[in-house]
Amino acid sequence: MAHSGRRDSPELPDFSLLKRLARDQLIYLLEQLPGKKDLFIEADLMSPLDRIANVSTLKQHEVDKLYKVEYKPIISTSDQVCFLIRPRIQTVKWICDVANADKAAGKFRRYKIIFTPQKFYACEAVLEEQGLFGDVTTDEWAFYLLPLDDDIISLELPEFFRDNFLAGDQRWVRTVGSALHLLHSIYGPFSKIYGIGRCAKMAYESWKEQVEEGDTKARQAEIGNAFLIDRDVDYITPLCSQVVYEGLVDDIFRIKCGCVEFGHDVTSSDKSVKVMLNSQDKVFSEIRNEHFSNVFSFLSQKARNLQTAYDKRRGMDIKQMKTFVSEELKGLKQEHRLLSLHIGACESIMKKKTKQDFQELLKTEHSLLEGFEIRECISFIEEHINRQVSMIESLRLLCLLSITENGLLPKDFRALKAQYLQSYGVDHLLTFANLRQLGLLVEQQPGETLTVMESKVGKLVNDKTAGKLTDAFSSLAKKSHFRALSRKLNLVPKSDEEYDLRVPRDMAYIFSGAYIPLSCKLIEQVLERDSWTGLEEVTKLLNGHEFAFTGSNGADLRAKSDAQRIILVMFLGGCTFSEISALRFLGRERGYKFIVVTTAITNSSRLIEALLGNKV
Amino acid sequence: MMKNKPDEEDYWNSSKFKAFTFDDEDDEFSRLKESKQAVNSIRSLVEEEDDEDEVEKVSWSGEPVGSISWSVRETAASNQKTQREHAFPKINASSPSVSRSHSGYSLSSLFKGKTKPGNFQPFTDSLSESSVKLYAPELRKPKSESKDYISDWSPEETIHRMQQGKVVSLERFRSLQDKLLLLDFSVRAHDGNIITAVILFTLTSIIRVLFRELESRQTALRHFIHYLTEIRDHRLLLELLSKRRDFLKSCLNLPFSPEESAHVQDHYTLLERQIIIEHAGKVEIFQKFPRRASILNMPLITTLYYCCFYHYNEPEGTYSSPLNIRHTFRISEKQYFVTVLAARAKLKAWSDLDALFTSRNWLGFTKKKSPLSFHRVVDILQKNSAPTQVLQEYVGLVDDADLRIGLAQKHKCHDIVINTYRDLKDRQLLLGYRGKVERGSAEERKINDLLDSPHIRWKN
Repeated sequence: MAHSGRRDSPELPDFSLLKRLARDQLIYLLEQLPGKKDLFIEADLMSPLDRIANVSTLKQHEVDKLYKVEYKPIISTSDQVCFLIRPRIQTVKWICDVANADKAAGKFRRYKIIFTPQKFYACEAVLEEQGLFGDVTTDEWAFYLLPLDDDIISLELPEFFRDNFLAGDQRWVRTVGSALHLLHSIYGPFSKIYGIGRCAKMAYESWKEQVEEGDTKARQAEIGNAFLIDRDVDYITPLCSQVVYEGLVDDIFRIKCGCVEFGHDVTSSDKSVKVMLNSQDKVFSEIRNEHFSNVFSFLSQKARNLQTAYDKRRGMDIKQMKTFVSEELKGLKQEHRLLSLHIGACESIMKKKTKQDFQELLKTEHSLLEGFEIRECISFIEEHINRQVSMIESLRLLCLLSITENGLLPKDFRALKAQYLQSYGVDHLLTFANLRQLGLLVEQQPGETLTVMESKVGKLVNDKTAGKLTDAFSSLAKKSHFRALSRKLNLVPKSDEEYDLRVPRDMAYIFSGAYIPLSCKLIEQVLERDSWTGLEEVTKLLNGHEFAFTGSNGADLRAKSDAQRIILVMFLGGCTFSEISALRFLGRERGYKFIVVTTAITNSSRLIEALLGNKV
Repeated sequence: MMKNKPDEEDYWNSSKFKAFTFDDEDDEFSRLKESKQAVNSIRSLVEEEDDEDEVEKVSWSGEPVGSISWSVRETAASNQKTQREHAFPKINASSPSVSRSHSGYSLSSLFKGKTKPGNFQPFTDSLSESSVKLYAPELRKPKSESKDYISDWSPEETIHRMQQGKVVSLERFRSLQDKLLLLDFSVRAHDGNIITAVILFTLTSIIRVLFRELESRQTALRHFIHYLTEIRDHRLLLELLSKRRDFLKSCLNLPFSPEESAHVQDHYTLLERQIIIEHAGKVEIFQKFPRRASILNMPLITTLYYCCFYHYNEPEGTYSSPLNIRHTFRISEKQYFVTVLAARAKLKAWSDLDALFTSRNWLGFTKKKSPLSFHRVVDILQKNSAPTQVLQEYVGLVDDADLRIGLAQKHKCHDIVINTYRDLKDRQLLLGYRGKVERGSAEERKINDLLDSPHIRWKN
């Protein structure tokens, strides 16, 4: 049974095509500017750009010098400058400053802005306002999707989260629709598309409109179904500490665009190294989805095997040795390098986690998820705040407390908020306002401690009025119904049962068996039922906005085997590595393969940081 | 019009353009079935040139199409510095690289309505769609020709075209009702880019009315707010920051909720206090422990920590005294303890801690008390590398026996471990522990003495 080609693991489509498309279009755009030019690249576009092109590609197309956009006067001597940026007003303003400074100095240059993935009217309005519309020309580079791995595609738009959910700005909705459309036209047609969330619904509509505008060519589908989900459907999951290896590495070292920088504490030398973390890394690909407690034993086993392989040299004759060196040694060396890196990373993780009382932190999180010993949790959080431990961690725990408890009691809320402001600064009043707006950290209104039955009834009434009043501010009216959801979907396994993390029995293993991620559970349930039928109560608790549509040519494709088991899951507002691990697990269990498309990879720190209001 | 005719025919007869035109037309029309009728009603040129008609008009920003940008681009393409005024379609035709131009991606898309790369054909396809021809007639056609036709776009169609990056005329939406209708359609399209654009280009002229109308249009309102936040003037903000104190004072009059205004009031007091503290204190301690940063604008607890560090023993009457701060800002007992503990431990002022935790009852007996559980106290002390004797004292105060032993073992507080085992009368554990202490040490002797002691009734 050891053959890899199990019937129930369909092949993933080849997403390197997306990279090629993006590269070709960039080259095309550069060719539109004949002659030497200096290229200014926005900081957060550098890594994505690196994944699809390199300096020699740019040089070949007459890019002379490369600079990072740093919001200060430029020193370029070129008479043609090109800016590769995200469509942000502040960046365009800076470019205007550059152009105006040149003008004042009597310097003549040509300026070109390439917006990616698209331009916004508001950005061009800045050019117009500054009298530079026309002097500075603009273009679009439709670089929507960056494959980070065989099964992860990112839009690399971390600001999506804040713009959409906090500011209520729908600028990226069409972008997401376009990204979906791109996938659909290359790898579709999808036979069915499910989703939940306001933004998911809008993105779906935008996508559909674009499909209707374009012409669809009949094609053999490589992706069967798609599932769109808004981040605000499930805030619990990204707020939990990650304990699966890849997630843990992200929490501690911050994986950026599929690449992590290990400092000297990992490499045990004075240099730091940048390592690509993906399925190409044979060691990493075996441990990325494992619970951290299993990683050690795996790595030491691996190290022993490596030793044995090296030891084979002994007693070899010259000829055997030659084959060994030419065939095996390189692989062994590579493996050796990777092994020592990941072992170093594990050690460093252990050190850091022991220092911050990780065990106690996890205990608190698990208690919150279970709704157990809440008083102790509150005092743990309070001490955390008092000791000024970590501004982000404290907020994360407060949010977890609020969502799981459906808001804090007014007394607790005020006390914790006051202490928080005292410990980390009053500027965080704005942070609290932001968190409240998203329903992440709220005060229970008097008389809100209702029974399940009452809250259900109340929900029905509230929904209608809230919907009428405003749909943009729906998050204000939004309540967390975590306990009820948790019961309905069995998200928290009974704690008295032993959970063998080496042989996970469900997706809860990604949180040490304490919690099944809500987002992934929803996906599982919908796929199982092939619809939202039977989940009415759950969707009601999640504020609705669920949908399911069958593609126009879904029927005749249903028969087509493999593609139907390839499922695209799109997270609007970011997803975590833990969720990806959970989906991979679900895929193995059910014979699916998931492709995760996300606006960005997120984790608790990124999520909270996006909502900080203290940097005026 | 008539006198342009020869040129025009020339132009359209160029095979190069025809090929591309065909694609373009096809593409265009498949998307715009409805508009076809409108187009047909206008006759003649229009069939091939509906886009040009639009170009000729005005951009969404209401700017006349002077094609400066186009000219600049052409200049770039032909790699020579031609004067802008001479921008003329002919240049297009002579420059092959431009004939394959993807100008739809550039500025020009605003003017002429090239499709955005939204339909995702393979790149080569979309690239081969020429859009150059679109410019050709724009300079030749009298403006009046196409006016009615363009103005015919309904609000819905206008929004749709904007989404595709096509040219539209927003000028015709002049009545408030029309403007709002346009806005509502943009909201319905769920495209933030367009919502903001509509507000920007049609509604800012009626800004007063706008506020009223946006109240009932929350989505649009949020886009407007976000836009305003984004275009903020950083210099102005920085100025504000430097005048933070005055700024906050003025904030106090803003309608904060009572609870929040108390926080702001506190912050104001804190800033005042920090200015005093910043310059206070004895020189010696600052020489011994130089400050790493100014205290201005730091959080309250950081300020308290600072005062515990540099001003610990000052009388409560002074502004920099920790007790004064505690009192002024109603700092909770726990918070105060934690901060004093951390600061004094950092200075290794163990005797201060002793005093902090010691309380006297009415009989004059002393007892160590802490609002913070003692195992946390130990944790903080240990992080500040307290010596074993100090740690030992606080480990001994941990109530829970298991926790106490665990901590004692972790921090090598041998006496506590030994005494606890003695109290438990657990000979086996004590024997086991003997192996863990240094040979020949006082601890080992103590264990041996205990094991030999005839007074203890071991339970095992």
